[in-house]
Amino acid sequence: MIERQGEFLLEVREVWKTYGAQRVVDHVDLCLKPGEILGLLGANGAGKSTLCKIMSGLVAPSGGQMRLADAPYSPKTKRDAEERGVQIVQQELNLIPTMSVAENLFLNRLPLRLGFICREELNLKAREALQRVGLDQLSVATPAGALGVGTQQMIEIAGALDRNCQLLILDEPTAALSRNETEVLFKWLKRLKKQGVCIVYVSHRLDEIAELTDRIVILRDGKLVQSGTTKDHTTDEMVRWMTGENQPPAKPSVVRDVDSSEPLMRVRGLTRHPKFHGVDFDLGSGEVLGIAGLVGSGRTELLRCLYGADQADCGTVWCQDRRSTQPFRSPRAAAQQGLAMVTENRKAEGLLMNQPIRPNVSLGQMGRVSWIGGLIRRRKETQMVETSVKKMAVRHESIEQDVQTLSGGNQQKVVIARWLGGDHKIYLVDEPTRGVDVSARKKIYEVFAELANAGKGVLMVSSDLDELLEVCDRILVMSAGALAGEFHRSSWTREAIMEACFAGYRNNLDQAELSTQSR
Amino acid sequence: MNSNPKGRQGFILDIWRVAGLLVALGILVGVFSTMSDRFLTFQTLTVIANQIPDLTVLSVGMTLVLICGGIDLSVGSVLALSAAVLGLLMTDFEWGFGGAIVGCLLCGAICGLVNGLVAVLGKIPSFIVTLGMLEIARGATYWLTDASIHYIGSSVEALSRPIKGMFISPAFFVAISVVVIGQLVLSRTVLGRYWVAIGTNETAVRMSGIDARPYSIFAFVVMGFLGGVAGLMQTSKLASVDPNAAIGLELSAIAACVIGGTSLMGGRGSVITTFLGVLIIQVLQTGLAQVGATEPSKRLVTGAVIIAAVLFDSFQRRFRLRKLDRGDR
Repeated sequence: MIERQGEFLLEVREVWKTYGAQRVVDHVDLCLKPGEILGLLGANGAGKSTLCKIMSGLVAPSGGQMRLADAPYSPKTKRDAEERGVQIVQQELNLIPTMSVAENLFLNRLPLRLGFICREELNLKAREALQRVGLDQLSVATPAGALGVGTQQMIEIAGALDRNCQLLILDEPTAALSRNETEVLFKWLKRLKKQGVCIVYVSHRLDEIAELTDRIVILRDGKLVQSGTTKDHTTDEMVRWMTGENQPPAKPSVVRDVDSSEPLMRVRGLTRHPKFHGVDFDLGSGEVLGIAGLVGSGRTELLRCLYGADQADCGTVWCQDRRSTQPFRSPRAAAQQGLAMVTENRKAEGLLMNQPIRPNVSLGQMGRVSWIGGLIRRRKETQMVETSVKKMAVRHESIEQDVQTLSGGNQQKVVIARWLGGDHKIYLVDEPTRGVDVSARKKIYEVFAELANAGKGVLMVSSDLDELLEVCDRILVMSAGALAGEFHRSSWTREAIMEACFAGYRNNLDQAELSTQSR
Repeated sequence: MNSNPKGRQGFILDIWRVAGLLVALGILVGVFSTMSDRFLTFQTLTVIANQIPDLTVLSVGMTLVLICGGIDLSVGSVLALSAAVLGLLMTDFEWGFGGAIVGCLLCGAICGLVNGLVAVLGKIPSFIVTLGMLEIARGATYWLTDASIHYIGSSVEALSRPIKGMFISPAFFVAISVVVIGQLVLSRTVLGRYWVAIGTNETAVRMSGIDARPYSIFAFVVMGFLGGVAGLMQTSKLASVDPNAAIGLELSAIAACVIGGTSLMGGRGSVITTFLGVLIIQVLQTGLAQVGATEPSKRLVTGAVIIAAVLFDSFQRRFRLRKLDRGDR
């Protein structure tokens, strides 16, 4: 196939980037045509994010050239790139929580009149931008911080779409989105594609890649290892290219014997208005219990409440070896009773980003690695941290390395590693594989299975139903703040679970009306 | 212990920062000794050594508070109040020196406790709370002393009088021990570890099952206690209680911390580098005085040095971060 230079929107030639001795992007060639959607695939640390950042001016390449629309292109800043029509929406949320949705959308180009912000124009433009992504009902004056993660992500995308946009780079845009939101997004992306916009789409969700993209490019260890049309690749093949292993993807884990006669935790009537109400369930010893549900169904709030991070209004929580059945009043009380929590938002609530791996992993376990006076037993600490980090297979050079220098998936592994050094019995994990690649996921599932085999209980919230189906022994479904179903491995079907996810919203007439309005 | 290529022992000491500060200190000493014959003499060194104890002690406390994400603006006033309590106990109540010292330190610690309780439990920025305490403690000092200087006898002077044959006061050794203990607590104990963690991300600490509040409060208590120690040192220098003592000294302490690379945002800093910051400030003061600089020019130069130090630190850190950083930020 002979193509003239002018047919490409963006040409990337021999681009590479090193950090210290680490070669993160290794001589990558890439040609993007207008009106195509390119899926960018790769495991953690394969260089996808860095490549995206290079294309959008956030990171300067160590070498190589780029041409945009047949002119040399070397953006120094994100602003440079935006002016040339290259927009990026990053994995991490970058909204300012205290400012309104409208202000966030137009932060770097607020409409001015005589130097003052022109509110009417701003709100009008913001409303248009939101309509474009199907958020018609959202008030443009809402502070961004008051919104859920999924909605925030949609707002960032709305902001990117509103600017001059020839090339749109989306780095894990659906990691925080529910299925509905994802569908709206896809509809929009396909419309943009028809208008001749080129889209680079980074995702770990292979089904999405297969559904949305025309072409895929797969990176491994910074190198481009495979590219071609999406149709020619099965998802199994994609996984093989990413991991470099030639083995088939993991089979569903074996059915475990769950001892449900004596549960680890028994929750009855737990309620926190208006997030969820009347939640009853038992968590058995050696069980991986999943909680499925749409974003906003109260799953995260339930976990936070169990862990004592938020206070319950009523209900009881009984744990083994615990006399009181009061819900926990603080994370400290919960942790003392052997509960461990992996939060949804690792950057804000989980990690000490600019601290080394060592204190991040040993944070909750200092009592085990210090003398009574509080003097740290450094060697013992090193040993504990290294064991935990090894168990999670965190890719790192040293435990003195700052966590912020690790890739997203490895950061997530560090958060989980924190809870492996102690004798915790109940693991509450919220979206443990968000923005995590296939091989790291596999590792995380393995660790959960090991924990369950050791008689511990894992309570896992996830938006990814396939993940729950693979890992869990039992799945509870939350819908509109209440439990809407319970499914066992022996008898569940995907359809039945999905059905249950919507149940709470169907029964409630008002909710149903709302959802038809939004469509 | 670790054969890692980055060789960073983030929790012990930042070798590069220490080296940078030592070089800066060396340059200052070099400049002053070419400008004045008297500067690089044993006498000047002992003068400096006997000048710094109170500022050193305050700066150590300030470092700890800053690291766990707070700030204490009241330390100058707390110092004066503790000194006033010391004087009151010794003169009006005729307590012995030992008992009066306990009262003085207790007064400092209580002020710190109030700061900590209100700021942490009331969820109010410590900047505001300690600004209030700055006024309250100063007001209480004036009230206790009738706003006048009181001579309280020579028994307190022992602390600041040079030890025979050594030319250096016991106060200096107290200050050095505070530095050493402070650094050990910070880098080798659970308490220090928690302080750094709280200053970095308090939510993460909470979600790890740790109640951060007592640790935050305790940092303020330590700060107040050290304010009392510094009050004792100042009183012993003059053998009298001065209600106007240490006005603005909290700012010098903050300057010393900042020169030493402690972040005002919390989570980063060390006691040793703060001590080097104190030395830089004092060398600058003494040196400028010796070369005959006027008060206005002394202040101009000191201010410029503070800003230059922070600029340098910021550039150096950015440079190193860029070298170390990998992919996903």
